[in-house]
Parts: sequence; structure tokens; C-alpha cells
Amino acid sequence: MAQANVNFVTRYRQMLSRPASVALWVVLAFGFVAGIVFWGGFNTGLEATNTEAFCISCHEMENNVYEEYRETIHFSNRSGVRATCPDCHVPKDWTHKIVRKVQASKELWGKMTGFIDTREKFQANRKEMAQREWQRMEENDSRECRNCHNYDYMDFSEQGRRAAGRHSTALEAGTETCIDCHKGIAHELPDMSDVKGWH
Amino acid sequence: MKKLLAIILGCILTGGFLSLPTLADTGGLSSLRGTTDLDSVPNAEEMKRVPKDRIAIERDYLHQPPVIPHQVRGYNVNLKGHKCLSCHSWKNYKKAGATKISLTHFDTRDGQQLSDVSPSRYFCDQCHVTQADAKPLVKSDFKSVDALTH
Ligand code: HEC
Ligand code: HEC
Ligand code: HEC
Ligand code: HEC
Ligand code: HEC
Repeated sequence: MAQANVNFVTRYRQMLSRPASVALWVVLAFGFVAGIVFWGGFNTGLEATNTEAFCISCHEMENNVYEEYRETIHFSNRSGVRATCPDCHVPKDWTHKIVRKVQASKELWGKMTGFIDTREKFQANRKEMAQREWQRMEENDSRECRNCHNYDYMDFSEQGRRAAGRHSTALEAGTETCIDCHKGIAHELPDMSDVKGWH
Repeated sequence: MKKLLAIILGCILTGGFLSLPTLADTGGLSSLRGTTDLDSVPNAEEMKRVPKDRIAIERDYLHQPPVIPHQVRGYNVNLKGHKCLSCHSWKNYKKAGATKISLTHFDTRDGQQLSDVSPSRYFCDQCHVTQADAKPLVKSDFKSVDALTH
């Protein structure tokens, strides 16, 4: 048994002393460390773009949607709990987040090319942008809203009559999701003339 | 002559200064702002809250625009959209469980009937207002007609 162990060790020592294998090990070790650094850095970088400060670092966002959002319940309310931009716009879990981030690079492109550099241009493009958000939320059953608002824990006796009435029927049955009834909770709305449920 | 003028001017000036404090005085008269002197700012009333939601509030006279029995914070009415009509229009009222706007809301001021809400009725809060749980500022002994009392 002892003999076998010694053989094992010497065999490896010999292996390592050959130049070719040393190179191999160095490459492996380097790759391993670089992997950690890259992965960590990537995720840290990703997190940095996942803050409100980043979202409104370009004035298109700060002067338009942020200004509007400051007047709504998700910015200031009696309990002081806030929902920030990424809470509503970026999925929490990794896969969905990456997908959304890649889509968001298109928005960066819009910034670099001056696509929406004035309030007028922003308003002109708002319908399209809003529709994209509505569609996303309809398709994922308003997943980001539900990260904070859980139907199972809603106390209907604490809600208003209108809220309880609609939540205990259409929402309970799943025929409609949050965004179907709660458009425009955080920003001004685009032209709503042909949107379902609006006048 | 000059002396006289100086005396008159002096009188006016001192008189003006002397009467200044009394100008700010309410003269013991109590108005809606209480008896606070006119040159000081009375303490602000406590903020009034609009109750979240209740059943329709009784009307006091025929053709009264009914008051709004729910909160309307953040309900925007502008060129782009009309939050009120997303519940109160004829298209949407059933789903929302709301009262539909009455036929009069389709008429222009000349009595011409339109196919949609008349522009003169577009801004609901010109006529319909929310209510706060506040003590009336002035007493009123108005009684509504029999047909409206329950
Ligand atoms: C980060 C958590 C968070 C997210 C995400 C979130 N909310 Fe909220 N929401 C809140 C908080 C906190 C309040 C305020 C509670 C209070 O103090 O009354 C609130 C209040 C509301 C209200 C009450 C409005 C009123 O006037 O009383 C509605 C409606 C609402 N949210 C809908 C949504 C919808 C729809 C979404 C998804 C697009 C969403 N929320 C996403 C945390 C969140
Ligand atoms: C079928 C329509 C409908 C759906 C679907 C719906 N709501 Fe509502 N909700 C309402 C109505 C109507 C009100 C009361 C009026 C208002 O707030 O404008 C309300 C009020 C609320 C309030 C304030 C409650 C109160 O009385 O203080 C919150 C919070 C809220 N909704 C969150 C949500 C969330 C989160 C979802 C999705 C999980 C959702 N709602 C889905 C219709 C709906
Ligand atoms: C409570 C959830 C919520 C928060 C917080 C929020 N948004 Fe939104 N956002 C929405 C919804 C829902 C839409 C879809 C349009 C609508 O209904 O107003 C939207 C639409 C948008 C749009 C498309 C243009 C438009 O107005 O429709 C942009 C851009 C945007 N949001 C950026 C932001 C930024 C930047 C922040 C942070 C300052 C932010 N949002 C915070 C829910 C939210
Ligand atoms: C989320 C749906 C909803 C929205 C949005 C809404 N309402 Fe209502 N409103 C109702 C419901 C439901 C009732 C009925 C209450 C009842 O009869 O029990 C009502 C009642 C009323 C009444 C009293 C009707 C009566 O017969 O006494 C008036 C007036 C009114 N609303 C005006 C408005 C105005 C003005 C706005 C916009 C600023 C508005 N509502 C927005 C749902 C809504
Ligand atoms: C010029 C004033 C005026 C404006 C603006 C106005 N209303 Fe009215 N409304 C009235 C009067 C007066 C009544 C009661 C008599 C009647 O039905 O015409 C009334 C009645 C109503 C009723 C009760 C209808 C019924 O069958 O009992 C509702 C609901 C209503 N209005 C909603 C609205 C909404 C929503 C808007 C905005 C789109 C609006 N009103 C704009 C004056 C107005």
C-alpha cells in the first residue's frame, strides 16, 4: 500500500517536471483565476448597471421618466419603501436578467445615436417603448410586480372596495394581470386611444 | 404756509404710524380665518384626507353632479388618455362596476348630441369633486327635496 503511494507521488513529480506539463498547469491555473475574476467582475459590472443611479445617469431618463416617477407612490409613500427602476424593469433571476440586459443595449445605442435626445423625441417614441413593457409584463404575468406584491398576502379588508372587488375576481381568476389594470402607475402615459380597456 | 404744510405732513405721517397696528387688527371680528391679526399667518389646518373608497354618496338636489366617492390621486385626464373613462365610459363601466356617465355628457352646450363624450364634459373635476371628512365651514340648513331623501 505504502509502496503504491510513493509511486503515485513520484509519478506526478516527474510529470510536473516535464516542461510541457508545467505550461499546461500554468495555463489551467491562470484560466481558473481569470475565470473567477471575470465572472465576479462581470456580475459586479452587471450589478452596477442595475441601480437607479445608473438608470438615470443619462438625461433622457432623468428628465423624462424619472421626473414623472418622483410624483408617484413608488417613489414616496407613507411607509418609505421604494421601488426603483430595476425593481420593475429588470428581472431578478439571472437568465431573465441577462436577456433583458442584452435587449437594453439597444437602448444604449439609442442614446449614443441621439435617437431620443429631446423631450419631444422621447414623447414621440414613448408609445412604442411603453407597449414593449406592457407586452413583456403581460407575457410574464407581471412577474416584477409580484416580486413585491404577492396576491396570496393581500388583505382585502384593508383594500378599497374597488380594489378588493377587482382583485378577488379578475386577478384571482387569472383572466387579467397587474399591468392590464395598472398602466401608468410610474410614468406619464402615451396616447391611449387604441389601448384595450381605455377610452 | 410752509409751516402749515410741515405740520399737516407731520400729522399725516405720525397718524399713519400710529394707526398701523390697528390696521392689522381684525377689530374683534371673527371670519373664516379666525381672529388672528391680519399681519400674521394663522396656524394651518390639519391636512384633510380623502377617504379611499365608499359607496355612492347621496345627492342633495336634482341635477347635482354627484360627488366622487373614491380617491383620484394620480388619475390623469389629458389629451393622451382619460383615466376616469377607463371605468366610467359606456364601454367600460360594467367591467369596473362603476356608474356610467349619463346621456347629458354627450351633449354640447347647444344641445347637440355627439357620438362621444362632449368636450365640455371632458374635464370631470370641473363639476365632480372628491370629499374630505371635514367640518363644514359655514352652517347650512338646506334640505333636499322629498324625492331625494330616504
Ligand atoms: C420594490 C417593490 C415593488 C415593486 C417591484 C412594485 N411595487 Fe407597487 N408598491 C410598492 C410599495 C412599497 C407601495 C406602497 C405601499 C404603501 O405604502 O401604501 C406600492 C404601491 C402600489 C400600488 C398602490 C397605489 C396607490 O395609489 O395606493 C399599486 C397599484 C401598485 N403598487 C402596483 C404595482 C405594479 C402594477 C407593479 C409592477 C409594474 C408594482 N407595483 C411593482 C412596492 C413595489
Ligand atoms: C382586474 C383589474 C385589476 C387587476 C388585474 C389588478 N388590480 Fe390592483 N387595483 C384594481 C383597482 C380597480 C384598484 C383600485 C383603484 C385604483 O387604485 O386606481 C386597485 C388597487 C390596487 C392597489 C391599492 C389597494 C388599496 O386599496 O390600497 C394595489 C397595491 C394593487 N391594486 C396592486 C395590484 C397588483 C400587484 C396586481 C397584480 C398582482 C393587481 N393590483 C392587479 C384593479 C386591478
Ligand atoms: C412600479 C414599477 C416601475 C418603476 C419603479 C419604474 N417603472 Fe418604468 N415603466 C413601468 C411600466 C409599467 C411601464 C410601461 C408604461 C406604463 O404603464 O407607464 C414603464 C415604462 C418605462 C419606459 C418606457 C417609456 C414610457 O414612459 O412608457 C421607460 C423608459 C421607463 N419605464 C424607465 C424607467 C426608469 C428610468 C425608472 C426609474 C427612475 C422607472 N422606469 C421606474 C413601471 C415602472
Ligand atoms: C378604477 C375604476 C374607476 C376610476 C379610474 C374612476 N372611478 Fe369613479 N367610480 C368607480 C366606481 C366603481 C364607482 C361606484 C361606486 C358605487 O356606486 O358604489 C365610482 C363612482 C363615481 C362617482 C359617483 C357616481 C354616483 O352615481 O354617485 C363619480 C362622480 C365618479 N366616480 C367620478 C369619477 C371621476 C371624475 C374619475 C376620474 C378622476 C373617476 N371617477 C375614476 C370607479 C372608478
Ligand atoms: C359641466 C359639468 C360636468 C362635467 C364636466 C362632468 N359631469 Fe358628470 N354629471 C354632471 C351633472 C350635472 C350630473 C347629474 C345630472 C346628469 O346626469 O346629467 C352628472 C352625472 C354624472 C354621473 C352619474 C350618472 C348617473 O346616471 O347617475 C357620473 C358617473 C358622471 N357624471 C361622471 C362624469 C365623468 C366621468 C366626467 C368626466 C368625463 C363627468 N361626469 C364630467 C356634470 C358634469
